[in-house]
Amino acid sequence: MPKLNPPEAKTNSPGSNTLIQIESLSLHYGESKALKNISLTLGEKVVTAFIGPSGCGKSTLLRCLNRMNDLIDNVRIEGSCKIGGHDIYSPDVDVIELRKRVGMVFQKSNPFPKSIYENVAYGLHLHGSKSKPEIAAVVEQSLRSAALWDEVKDRLHASALGLSGGQQQRLCIARAIAIKPEIILMDEPASALDPLATARIEELILELKKDFTIVIVTHNMQQAARISDQTAFFYIGELIEFDSTAKIFTNPAKKQTEDYVTGRFG
Amino acid sequence: MGIRRGHQARPVEWLAEKFIFLVSLTAIVMVFLIFLFVAREALPLFFGETNTALVQKPIPTADIDKLTPAQLQKYLELTPEQFAAMDKDTLKSLMDVKQEAQDEIPEEFRHDPDANINTTEWRYLLLPHQWNHYEKPEYIWQPVGQIQKYNIIPLLVGTLKTTLIGLLFAVPLSVGAAIYVSQMARPKMREIIKPTIELLSGIPSVVVGFFALLVMATVLQKIFGYQTRLNAFVAGIALGFAVIPVIFSIAEDALTSVPRAYTQAALALGASRWQTAWQIVLPAALPGVFAASVLGFGRAIGETMIVLMVCSASVMSWSIFDSARSITTTIAAEMAEAVSGGPHYRVLFMLGSLLFAATFVSNMIAGAVIQRFKLKLEGKR
Amino acid sequence: MSATTRRHFRAEKFDFSSFFFTGLTGLATLLILAILAVILGNILINGWQGFTWHFVSTIPKKNFFDINTTGVLPMIVGTTIRVFVMTIFVVPIGVITAIYLTEYAPNNSLITKFIRAAVNNLAGVPSIVFGLFGLGFFINFIGKHMDAMLQNPSAVWGQPALIWAALTLAVMTMPVVIVATEESLKAIPPGLREASLALGATKLETILRVVLPQALPGIMTGGILAVSRAAGEVAPILFTGVAYYMASLPHRVTDQFMDLGYHVFVLSTQSPNIEQTRPILYATVVVLLLLTFALNLVAIIIRARVRKKLRALG
Ligand SMILES: Nc1ncnc2c1ncn2[C@@H]1O[C@H](COP(=O)(O)OP(=O)(O)O)[C@@H](O)[C@H]1O
Ligand SMILES: [Mg+2]
Repeated sequence: MPKLNPPEAKTNSPGSNTLIQIESLSLHYGESKALKNISLTLGEKVVTAFIGPSGCGKSTLLRCLNRMNDLIDNVRIEGSCKIGGHDIYSPDVDVIELRKRVGMVFQKSNPFPKSIYENVAYGLHLHGSKSKPEIAAVVEQSLRSAALWDEVKDRLHASALGLSGGQQQRLCIARAIAIKPEIILMDEPASALDPLATARIEELILELKKDFTIVIVTHNMQQAARISDQTAFFYIGELIEFDSTAKIFTNPAKKQTEDYVTGRFG
Repeated sequence: MGIRRGHQARPVEWLAEKFIFLVSLTAIVMVFLIFLFVAREALPLFFGETNTALVQKPIPTADIDKLTPAQLQKYLELTPEQFAAMDKDTLKSLMDVKQEAQDEIPEEFRHDPDANINTTEWRYLLLPHQWNHYEKPEYIWQPVGQIQKYNIIPLLVGTLKTTLIGLLFAVPLSVGAAIYVSQMARPKMREIIKPTIELLSGIPSVVVGFFALLVMATVLQKIFGYQTRLNAFVAGIALGFAVIPVIFSIAEDALTSVPRAYTQAALALGASRWQTAWQIVLPAALPGVFAASVLGFGRAIGETMIVLMVCSASVMSWSIFDSARSITTTIAAEMAEAVSGGPHYRVLFMLGSLLFAATFVSNMIAGAVIQRFKLKLEGKR
Repeated sequence: MSATTRRHFRAEKFDFSSFFFTGLTGLATLLILAILAVILGNILINGWQGFTWHFVSTIPKKNFFDINTTGVLPMIVGTTIRVFVMTIFVVPIGVITAIYLTEYAPNNSLITKFIRAAVNNLAGVPSIVFGLFGLGFFINFIGKHMDAMLQNPSAVWGQPALIWAALTLAVMTMPVVIVATEESLKAIPPGLREASLALGATKLETILRVVLPQALPGIMTGGILAVSRAAGEVAPILFTGVAYYMASLPHRVTDQFMDLGYHVFVLSTQSPNIEQTRPILYATVVVLLLLTFALNLVAIIIRARVRKKLRALG
């Protein structure tokens, strides 16, 4: 099994290193075009929010970044998407390796019907034969990072399905970070949660930002404003505006953006 | 980033996928093999290579070189493999045996016209024939004795008789029950009744046959007062028992899959439960109910043990209170005594091919109807 | 609602045709349930007395019609073994086919349609035709060729045998396993597969670690249904392996075997004195029914539980 590459030297100022580079990317689901000529550059250890009305292609773009769209029949992609300089759609790319580097948290929490411990250890079992204590250490560390450890440490071997919705979602985050990805994609991770659980997830994201590059899709303007450094606004498959979050929410360049952003605030 | 895989893709993954694909072809291969091997054993019959004529003109052994290998093989009634494995001396001695056999035929048969015909020709298989000592042309299945009679019409009639009785009995009952369970019964009742009726399909057909033979035959005879205790009627009703769960289950599924919106709309308009079921749900589910009956038909003509146990005599009669012998029964009862590769064996395999074709077609029809029905319900048509 | 409309509503409530037809369909349901009850009741009432330990544990002498010394041990063993050997073949093949259909097959591709059509057709082929197939393919083709290849002096493989009967039954019950497995695979939320793949699992790893464990109850149901279907079938084994009488239990796959269902057939149609042998006939039927019904019941319960659980999860 190939070992994880040692993390490359990283500067501490966010965004100074380009990590993800999307260039004129278009995507078709069969006949219908879901993404139109998107170009976007995201820096390392930055939280980027994708906002826009539902159906505008946020999830689709997000799923391009770890090639989850490969699983859908009849998807056609044009343009390029580079992560760390490699075009992830070039034929020599191993999708499996890619997905190890680019973790994902889904809108609907989807823990495996296994124990809490097994959920977090799943990815570790897949990728290399670590010893038992090593795995246990990583599981604990991941659960701590996901701010779940204290709540579950006494029932690690109970079923994950017994957790509350918010806990399940944090478990999914723990599961994703256990394999130490560089990028975490989150597709409306808090949309199904109550305000309290949402707040905890938001706290968690701010915490995780120190170690990971995060791309998050959200419906919630306030959430985007609170947690992201940069925001991209999409409308019917097009990228309308992409800038620092402060700029998007206070002084957007485009009328459309302003309407959307203020409409929600109103 | 190390996301490149270089040239070697994941061989295990690749192999596994190919392996899974290959294994999944088994179903197709099996259908193909079933057709091939059942038809294969019947093939000589179709090519006229079987000959049952008792009296044949013997060919002198000395003339062996005048025959082409094909003629010789046919004359000695050998399979190509058997023929290929034999040397000339063996063939010669076989010709001698054949000659002797002809010499030993009793005098009475030499002048019997029936002993001179090949009863596996199509006209004897399908048309009535004026047999020696019979008053009029008749359809007769009698594969034993010196002169074997292979007319398959009595078997077809027997099959149809028992199958139709079974369906006439089972279709109204199962469809009625399906309507009741899916439309009238309370959900709680439904959850109990449905699996209970489906339990009926768990009774092996040999047990249904046993029950029909020991119990039903006597009871029904007392009620209806007919002559033959074991007859097509008893067999048909017992067949009905076997197909009820099939028809019920599929019809009930079809009725249940009619969208609730239909029913609710009708009920909101003031229709009674019954009117809704009869005027809205049943018409919408009719293709499904039809398909259920077709599948029931396929199940009934293919059922073996019940008819085998309940009636056996192959008489040519349309009366439901006479005995009847179905195709399946004939195969089951006679295959053991048929000489492998002989004419009787071939005819039985021909019957098997016929059965396979009939159920194949009824399956196709039912499958297509159900497919269209589903698409229609999903509004794609 | 005002009093007048309520009265009006009630007045129309009794509707004769509705009453009549509801009664009629209800009667049909009752009749079917009654048939089931009568069959089972009759068998149990007449059969339970003969169902003794001696009966199920005795190997009978050649004249198994003798009511005092007979037993059905070899039949129980024969039926169990043939069904067990069948399971070894049919479960892996059925499960793998179902995996292909749900996890790998491109939607609506020609090959998928062909496989589905084949499975449907296989489900409808009459059992006696499977018997003919077993005779024509397994015994007369495979078996004979094996004998020729191994240069056996007399037929070992090219004759009716346990293995051929089991294989014939495996072909027959394949659709049962495929359909049950497919159903349970389809019931697994796609989110679980996505979660696994997003963690960098390969498709195979996802199937082995996430999908199959979830589908296990469905696979078991399929296997049990196949077993219970096969256990009672007689027609497919008539020419492929069943024996009228054997003095000893089968111990090689090329041996013939005695069988419960076939024994019921023999006892009911070839008894020298049906009145006298009636008790052993009924007792044999009870044994056969217990075997198949118990299996069916287990399958139904597992399926109901799994459905409920999956509904709760979804
Ligand atoms: N699997 C799919 N097949 C076909 N069309 C899809 C599929 N997934 C999404 N779409 C379409 O692509 C567009 C963008 O969808 P999505 O990315 O999910 O939007 P968002 O996440 O912004 O709400 C929508 O019009 C949607 O209908
Ligand atoms: Mg979305």
